[in-house]
Amino acid sequence: MAHMEYNVPSERWPAHPETATMEGKNKFVGFWIFLAGETALFASLFATYLALKDSVPGEDHPLAADLFALPLAFVMTMFLLTSSLTSVYAIYHMRNNNFAKMQLWLGITVLLGLGFLALEIYEFIEYVHHGHTFRSSAFGSAFYFLLGTHGFHVVIGLGWITLLILRNARRGISVYTAAKVNTASLYWHFIDVVWVFIFTIVYLLGVM
Amino acid sequence: MASTAKKQGVGSVIWDYLTTVDHKKIAILYLIAGGFFFVVGGIEAMMIRIQLAVPNNDFLSAGLFNEMITMHGTTMIFLAAMPLLFAFMNATVPLQIGARDVAFPFLNALGVWLFVFGGIFLNLSWFLGGAPDAGWTSYASLSIASAGHGIDFYALGLQISGAGTLISGINFVTTIINMRAPGMTYMRMPLMTWTTLVASVLIVFAFPPLTIGLFLLIFDRMFGSSFFLVETGGNTIIWEHLFWIFGHPEVYILILPAFGIFSEIFSTFSRKRLFGYSAMVFATIIIGFFGFMVWAHHMFTVGLGPTANAIFAVATMAIAVPTGIKIFNWIATVWGGSIEFTTPMLYALAFIPSFTMGGVTGVMQAAAPADYQYHDSYFIVAHFHYVIVGGVVFGLLAGLHYYWPLMFGTMLSEKLGKITFVIFVIGFHVTFLIQHFLGLWGMPRRVFTYLDGQGYNTANLISSMGALLMAIAVIILVINIIMTVAKNQKVGRDPWGDGRTLEWSLPLPVPYYNFAQIPLVRGLDAYWIEKKANNGRMMPSESLEDFHMPNNSFIPFVMSFGLFVAAFGALYFASGKDWAIDAVSGLNVHPWAPWVLGLGLAITVGAMITRSIKDDLGYYVTKEEVLRDLEEEERRAR
Ligand code: HEM
Ligand SMILES: [Cu+2]
Repeated sequence: MAHMEYNVPSERWPAHPETATMEGKNKFVGFWIFLAGETALFASLFATYLALKDSVPGEDHPLAADLFALPLAFVMTMFLLTSSLTSVYAIYHMRNNNFAKMQLWLGITVLLGLGFLALEIYEFIEYVHHGHTFRSSAFGSAFYFLLGTHGFHVVIGLGWITLLILRNARRGISVYTAAKVNTASLYWHFIDVVWVFIFTIVYLLGVM
Repeated sequence: MASTAKKQGVGSVIWDYLTTVDHKKIAILYLIAGGFFFVVGGIEAMMIRIQLAVPNNDFLSAGLFNEMITMHGTTMIFLAAMPLLFAFMNATVPLQIGARDVAFPFLNALGVWLFVFGGIFLNLSWFLGGAPDAGWTSYASLSIASAGHGIDFYALGLQISGAGTLISGINFVTTIINMRAPGMTYMRMPLMTWTTLVASVLIVFAFPPLTIGLFLLIFDRMFGSSFFLVETGGNTIIWEHLFWIFGHPEVYILILPAFGIFSEIFSTFSRKRLFGYSAMVFATIIIGFFGFMVWAHHMFTVGLGPTANAIFAVATMAIAVPTGIKIFNWIATVWGGSIEFTTPMLYALAFIPSFTMGGVTGVMQAAAPADYQYHDSYFIVAHFHYVIVGGVVFGLLAGLHYYWPLMFGTMLSEKLGKITFVIFVIGFHVTFLIQHFLGLWGMPRRVFTYLDGQGYNTANLISSMGALLMAIAVIILVINIIMTVAKNQKVGRDPWGDGRTLEWSLPLPVPYYNFAQIPLVRGLDAYWIEKKANNGRMMPSESLEDFHMPNNSFIPFVMSFGLFVAAFGALYFASGKDWAIDAVSGLNVHPWAPWVLGLGLAITVGAMITRSIKDDLGYYVTKEEVLRDLEEEERRAR
């Protein structure tokens, strides 16, 4: 193997810059396996939630049907789904070696993610006012643990993408940075998919 | 390189190991740390057996006894058996598939440091107010009620070391999928590599449920949630499910790599190709798959109902089928071979009947109605020691002798090795065979003493004598290791003379880049083929050129250390708080706890950010350096 060329000139820019190097290929496969583990993690969380979702200490403690408002959850879903789409745009421009557009769409992704996060925090504060807290019941514990873990993933994802935008600002795009961006976007899609399950299992099932 | 390495001072060697990303050195780190914890766990076992040697004994108090059994099981499974297996996986797999390192050398180092810090944290409990005492399974009804911080050490320590295990699992799967040399197809991979692959996949799916279970415990005990608090709607059975969804695959995570080590040893020292290679691969995959569908056989007496019990009983019995396939294939491999009775081979031969007995009692327990009788008795203790000691520990001891030259370039004494073997195997059967009967006679497990006149006396004394024999055997092993290291008599390539797989084709000590040229693999038992066809020289798959290697890094150590610090913050977070569970609400308040928690997390996150921001492009080993090494090698061979 000859010396690796990271800054491939645009006329030879590969169709898949993210897997053009051996490290890139490893990252790609390794991250998918990590996501398999994350799936097992969230499966365990959903199972715990389903086991405890109706478990409260007394009659007066609110349950899912008393708390959840579908319109808000729907708006949150839209924020997150759209942010997944914008991250696809970023990857599209990465593959076309268009650094400025890639950064732009990554930025928009972060903004949408922040919007989601703000709504989630607002929602949690509302619930706490209704007496539904992490410590008030097993239902509360399970609810905040499931959504909190997802929310924590959102925070990590936002921090990660922001960091990539900043660190790559000077470096531009190369097959080395492309692998990093691609991995972050895989992560972001995964968070999105988990949310779809949360929307269905927690919110839709909760209000029905 | 080799000559300069010898002249290094102690400080620079230590720094080298703290920052290394080389899978061969990481293997040594796993071996040292795992070996240390194996001795610690062994001492705990001796304490247990001393206490139980005679009736009405007061060598240990009841509370201390509970701490002993808990720490013995937890240490042996998480801090001894798994890391020691990781040692051999790291030492062999990249070499067996013809790679210069694993897919993620940085993460490999992170894995070992997380395990080390998690292990230290867990064991600090002995000095900081008492060890966990709810059993290695830590059922929530016990663990929530356990006063003091013991359980918190368990939950946080396992969380940290478990993260390391998960990372290592991901690393091995990726390595084996992506880094195989040209010609190394899946169906040409040595069994050690195959079992590592399947065990790693099991890790990827089994450890996250444990992570969640541990978080539920951490939150309940340290942050006031109510997953297991029945008053506020909690349910302790959730822990049992999550623990065993992890726990049963875990026993296969342990035994599969041991199967791999044995498979290599059987074919090497029978000087025959492994019998039924494809059936072996298939059986490994089937075992891995079924491993996830049997967890409730640990919960037959919980009351899941006859339907659930029946389904899990049948699934459990089904696992015995692929396991049986393996046993027969090993026997057929040895059959008609030209056998060499080396120490590793002796362990392998002793493994077959010992492990089979454990499998038979397993199938007995799988019959749910009968298990009502066996459950929580010494019969269970006998079962799992037959499979874990007779399977995993025999595998580790066999692997230690077999792979020692590969890892250190010297040979353990065969004479002392065989003495260890005889004493250990006799000690093992003396200790555990009788425990089946103790169980059938009604002695429950996890009791700190028993009354005189119940017919348990003789059997318990015999069992304790056996344990003493095993301890003697381990001491002889340690002497063997010390003598071998002191003598430092180097051996050369293919020290056993019958190596079949790629790792034995390399010069010893293995160069830090493993392969000067990545070899071309032409079939199963790649090195053996070239011994027959090409005078033992591997065909290169590439021309001799500069190649790329990863940089050392101190960041994995710092990241793990941060979590270690944070764990102390979490541990004392709930002490003395009025919202906390009774077990800790009466303790002194530690106002610094949140700050320590924050500081530790900040160290870890800071290290991660540093890692992300810096470009880490590695470096190039030049053609000239490799040529020099090859000439040097040539000279030494002559
Ligand atoms: C033929 C294969 C096997 C079968 C059918 C089997 C079956 C069982 C069953 C039904 C139990 C639960 C008994 C009870 O608690 O009432 C059990 C316990 C156990 N088995 Fe096995 N087993 C097999 C192989 C293994 C292997 C290979 C290992 C480890 C390497 C292992 C490790 C354990 C452990 C550690 C426990 C006890 C856990 C505890 O309660 O502390 N088993 N086995
Ligand atoms: Cu099991």
